[in-house]
Amino acid sequence: MYKTADGREIFVLDGHVHYWDGSPDNQTNVHGKQFIDCFYAYHSNLSPPEQLWDKSKFEKYTENDMYRDLFVDGPDDVAIVQTTVLSDFYNKGFSSVKRSKSMASSNPERFIINGAFDPRDGEKALEHIHFLKETYDIQGVKMYTAEWNGDSRGWRLNDPAAYRCFELCEKLGIKNIHVHKGPTIIPLSLDAFDVRDVDFAATDFQNLNWIVEHCGLPRLDEFCWIATQETNVYAGLAVAIPFIFTRPRYFGEVIAELLFWLGEDKILFGSDYAIWTPQWLVESFWNYQIPDDIASERGVQLTDEIKEKILGLNAAKLYGIDVAEKQKQLINSPVELL
Amino acid sequence: MTIDSMGSTASMVAEVWQCLDCVIDPELDESITTMGFVEKVKVDADTHCVDVEFRLPTYWCSPNFAFLMALDIRTEVQRLDWVPRVMVKLNDHCFGKRINDGVNGDRDFNQVFSEYCDGQDLSSVRLKFLEKAFVRRQETVLLALEKHSLSRSDIVTMTLETLELVELQDGEAQRQLKRYCTLLLAQNLADNKADLAFVTWAGEALSVEGFNDYLSKSRAVRINMEFNNALCRGLKESRYAEAKICSNKAVPILFVPNATTAGGRKALN
Repeated sequence: MYKTADGREIFVLDGHVHYWDGSPDNQTNVHGKQFIDCFYAYHSNLSPPEQLWDKSKFEKYTENDMYRDLFVDGPDDVAIVQTTVLSDFYNKGFSSVKRSKSMASSNPERFIINGAFDPRDGEKALEHIHFLKETYDIQGVKMYTAEWNGDSRGWRLNDPAAYRCFELCEKLGIKNIHVHKGPTIIPLSLDAFDVRDVDFAATDFQNLNWIVEHCGLPRLDEFCWIATQETNVYAGLAVAIPFIFTRPRYFGEVIAELLFWLGEDKILFGSDYAIWTPQWLVESFWNYQIPDDIASERGVQLTDEIKEKILGLNAAKLYGIDVAEKQKQLINSPVELL
Repeated sequence: MTIDSMGSTASMVAEVWQCLDCVIDPELDESITTMGFVEKVKVDADTHCVDVEFRLPTYWCSPNFAFLMALDIRTEVQRLDWVPRVMVKLNDHCFGKRINDGVNGDRDFNQVFSEYCDGQDLSSVRLKFLEKAFVRRQETVLLALEKHSLSRSDIVTMTLETLELVELQDGEAQRQLKRYCTLLLAQNLADNKADLAFVTWAGEALSVEGFNDYLSKSRAVRINMEFNNALCRGLKESRYAEAKICSNKAVPILFVPNATTAGGRKALN
């Protein structure tokens, strides 16, 4: 939890963390190297200097690093670990559900482990969803539409094959679909980061929650217009929130847009660990105010109550977590570092 | 090479840079030279063939936009009548080879990536981002005019002739005013000075009643573009700065540091 200067205790549910292995040993090809290098560019560009990691640690950090950064030095109560397979780039997967599950085994009450599938795998994807539910009892999945798969260079959420997978998710009670939009080149007539497929999928699957990571960036404008029409579309703040340090005014503009278009109940905090660590993000966020001119132009405020929702309460609702019960449980199972 | 021939090559290089100023990153509505994407410009002293190398902020930058920029580089530089041939090289990109071979071989995107295209071409993507550029430039001007104490009814009825007489204080607003007018005329959204200065991308007049809603949507376009701009600049710097952060480790760098000094703009100073 995060303790404020005036002694309030704020429940923090970190909606977007990874336990990855991007090290050279696990890289299959140059794309694997370029993928982790790109993450490192985000890390090094948008972190305060004292938070910078060495490249080799960034490529592969330990379980102990993760527990310390999230729960001991960091304020997270619970973290949602996302799975990103990238099997064309990494021998054993970039962040696999199996490895994450094993990492979480010392304090499982602190983690929600989400799975992933690739609709282009057809029947195998459906089998895999069954496997993930039966083996790991997943409640959510992370979709990466720009993932390469054989000759394919991306897919869309409203592809028929994807719809078959979402129908199964709905049936099995896998309710939370986290979406990362990356650059695909199909269909060509559309923009590579086009977010319109979110609109189709969210309309057609009203019982699923669609959490668009990075709040649709780099298409924030289009994402806001879509999200405002759908009751089941949420914005994850990962990638936007570190701007609070480097470009606080831009962060103010972005959060004001999200509050204006989506409202305070639809925005979720995510550190995107290990690209960034939650301690400085949460502290900066708690102490942040939208600049007056932006707040008055947009008619929105970032009050303590709204911050509390964004930092944990909104995500707790999506994942059916009773916050008071969870806090009791966590007190009884402290994190012990090695 | 004599001093004279070096001098003339330098001025040719400068002309090429001027052409490159006109190449716009469609997502950011900024010139690729302003963004620092161009790494190398070389003019062969004997043949006058031109080589341009550029690099985007990440290896994964969208191939659609990368292709458009590579194509525009070639088109703009070929406007110079002394240029017999232009070779464009996009460095260090996931589709670099295909994009380079395609653009230099005069092939369209839908030929190069035919298996993904289903017979379509890039024109709708280009048009969509031109619209965003239009909205963003216009929004900056509209806000500046409101600050200038013009009423909304004055603004929505203003002609191009009146707009040209307005002197904006803010430097960015001045710059965007020029760029806005250029695009307005290029898209035939206004033909002469008596035409309305402010219309929608569909060519409709703005209204006082709809002004707030219109600005509200435009605002999101501008914020998104500015955010992307900040992100791209940052990522680009980080790619080059990687060696400094990991100074105690040997890190393989795939980039050429200070590449712009070789035949680039700095060499002219």
